Amino acid sequence: MRVLAPLFGSAAALVLGTNLVLAAGADQSAEKPYTVTDGKVDKKTFNGWRRYTESCMRCHGPDGAGSSYAPSLVDSAKHMTQDEFNDIVVNGRTNVNAASENVMPPFGEVEDVVSYLDDIWAYLQARADGVIGRGRPPRIGD
Amino acid sequence: MKSPRFWLALSAFALVAGGASANDELIKLSKDPNQWAMPTGNYANWRYSELNQINKDNAKNLRPLWTFSTGVLRGHEGGPLVIGNVMYIATPFPNNVFALDLNKNGQILWKYEPKQDPTVIPVMCCDTVNRGVAYGDGKIIIEQADTTVVALDAKTGQVAWSVKNGDPKKGETMTNAPMVVKDKVIVGMSGGEFGVPGHVTAYNLKDGSKAWRAYSVGPDDQILFDANTTELGKPVGKDSSLKTWQGDEWKVGGGDTWGWYSYDPQLNLIYYGSGNPSTWNPAQRPGDNKWSMTIFARNPDTGIAKWVFQMTPHDEWDYDGVNEMILADINVKGQPTKALVHFDRNGFAYTLNRETGALLVAEKYDPKVNWATHVDMQTGRPEVVKQYSTQAQGEDHNTKGICPAALGSKDQQPAAFSPKTGLLYVPTNHVCMDYEPFKVSYTAGQPYVGATLSMFPPQGDNNLGNFIAWDPSAGKIVWSDPEPFSVWSGALATAGDVVFYGTLEGYLKAVDMQSGKELYRFKTPSGIIGNVNTYTHGGKQYIAVLSGVGGWAGIGMAAGLTKDTDGLGAVGAYKALANYTQLGGVLTVFGLPE
Repeated sequence: MRVLAPLFGSAAALVLGTNLVLAAGADQSAEKPYTVTDGKVDKKTFNGWRRYTESCMRCHGPDGAGSSYAPSLVDSAKHMTQDEFNDIVVNGRTNVNAASENVMPPFGEVEDVVSYLDDIWAYLQARADGVIGRGRPPRIGD
Repeated sequence: MKSPRFWLALSAFALVAGGASANDELIKLSKDPNQWAMPTGNYANWRYSELNQINKDNAKNLRPLWTFSTGVLRGHEGGPLVIGNVMYIATPFPNNVFALDLNKNGQILWKYEPKQDPTVIPVMCCDTVNRGVAYGDGKIIIEQADTTVVALDAKTGQVAWSVKNGDPKKGETMTNAPMVVKDKVIVGMSGGEFGVPGHVTAYNLKDGSKAWRAYSVGPDDQILFDANTTELGKPVGKDSSLKTWQGDEWKVGGGDTWGWYSYDPQLNLIYYGSGNPSTWNPAQRPGDNKWSMTIFARNPDTGIAKWVFQMTPHDEWDYDGVNEMILADINVKGQPTKALVHFDRNGFAYTLNRETGALLVAEKYDPKVNWATHVDMQTGRPEVVKQYSTQAQGEDHNTKGICPAALGSKDQQPAAFSPKTGLLYVPTNHVCMDYEPFKVSYTAGQPYVGATLSMFPPQGDNNLGNFIAWDPSAGKIVWSDPEPFSVWSGALATAGDVVFYGTLEGYLKAVDMQSGKELYRFKTPSGIIGNVNTYTHGGKQYIAVLSGVGGWAGIGMAAGLTKDTDGLGAVGAYKALANYTQLGGVLTVFGLPE
């Protein structure tokens, strides 16, 4: 797990950096980690959908909608901060008892997840806010 | 624990029972329609019963007679075994096994509850399913999720032996049902979505010692090929697998072996298929990626491959080749043939000569299949349509409208064969997809997929599944019953001219073998992805099936298949499966009223 700290650290730094740029650049959209214009998403949000589908979909269902296997992240994303989200993704979470068998594996060492935590978060926030729907989101410029 | 006397008795028994006797016992048991001694019905994977008390005239009077909750929620694939007066069922993770006393209305004789590390749960690609136990030589054998193979005393449930077949930390898991052949038990491997190199392994039934292991991909001494191993009648030559991969990519190349196995005692060959090459991004693994997506015929004593046939070279769609191989002696184009019939995920139904591996028939079993125009009968290669080639369209390009979807025109849910009609009864998916490959990095024990997909019904249709009757000689659909959802349950054909299957909404259905006309339906407590069986007890015929929605169907569909962005969601038939059923493992046993 020691390996994770620097990785996680740089990811967190990235978040900060992005927010600063946005805050300096624009008005309300500064609050949002994604950009959606006419139903089309920016590169970052699109990549979030793609990485979500690669590493999260098998348990959390297509498009964050939840499955018989793991909860809907469209709902969870409404009730957590990005720090909490990052923490769970990096370190995993286990909830195994008589009534449930939920095991979220740690993704701290998975390059394709840790490198894109911001993107995945942006995608889930866009889903949670209802600004994009199910399926592959169209890209700005597509 | 066990007394020395017990061990002595056991080893003495093993000595007597060694050699081919487990085989003979199983052949005898599988010929007795009063029992259901193998997950697949018989070695030929027929899923057919000679019983005819329940027939097309009285099937309408069927009713559920008793039920049993397994206490486990996840997807219940596979089905019960019945040997003598005892029924054996296995659950998804944690892989509990129950022996139920049929003399006492299903009272529990014993149960086995393994303690497995729960970190195996998230490395199971498509739910924590288990496709059931095998019986042989007084033992019940299960492949646990954590890759432990366990043999239990069929009378007491005590562990006779247990052996570790893999490492879940690398993404290796086990989901399929073992097959007992001669003095060995043959087991598989799952984990194609985690870059796990697939193999089949034979353990000695007596003590769990390893007899041989044959990989799907790699050097000849690991895939157990020799100078006589052929494809379409020609020797494959040296390094036939390695030559079709770039660099070391084969080491995380997949080709997992999680489907059903069959066996021909006369030819002394076992048959099975291998799964997808890893990753799903074809651009990252140039070459034919042999021997993923391949039918293998191997000698069960040595593991040596006699012949192979690769259905989908250089897979670009996740069309695993693991579906069951049904062995039948039938007329193919007028010639009596020792045939092998296989409904591949890629949408083609193949009929081969199972002795030589010669390709005889390859036809689409869903007219909507569009990724290839046909299979070249000389080379066996599919003629791929460029528009639907995710390799040709490239990384980061969304290739649209490919039929079938990654879950195939049919997944592992096994078909049934009736020797009475010579037809096969096939549960199918009727689903298409958009597929966008992208670059991924390999991390041991982590998903290694590299493609996104969206799934939807074929254009102009509103059903996601069909239950069909198939003529393996002509390569044609005889009748087809549309189903609102994929049919994800194993079929059962009977001499009573009735075919049984389950649906994702939870219906157990009986249909007329001749016409497909529905004779009976009953809504069980949860969606059915298990396989139907039949047996007698006290001279009366019963039908048994496990409910418990899940599996890939549960993961992909419980959240709803459709994209609410493109308007498809407006059509009623595509409503989320979650509106029809919920999780929960329950066995339901049906019979006729007294």
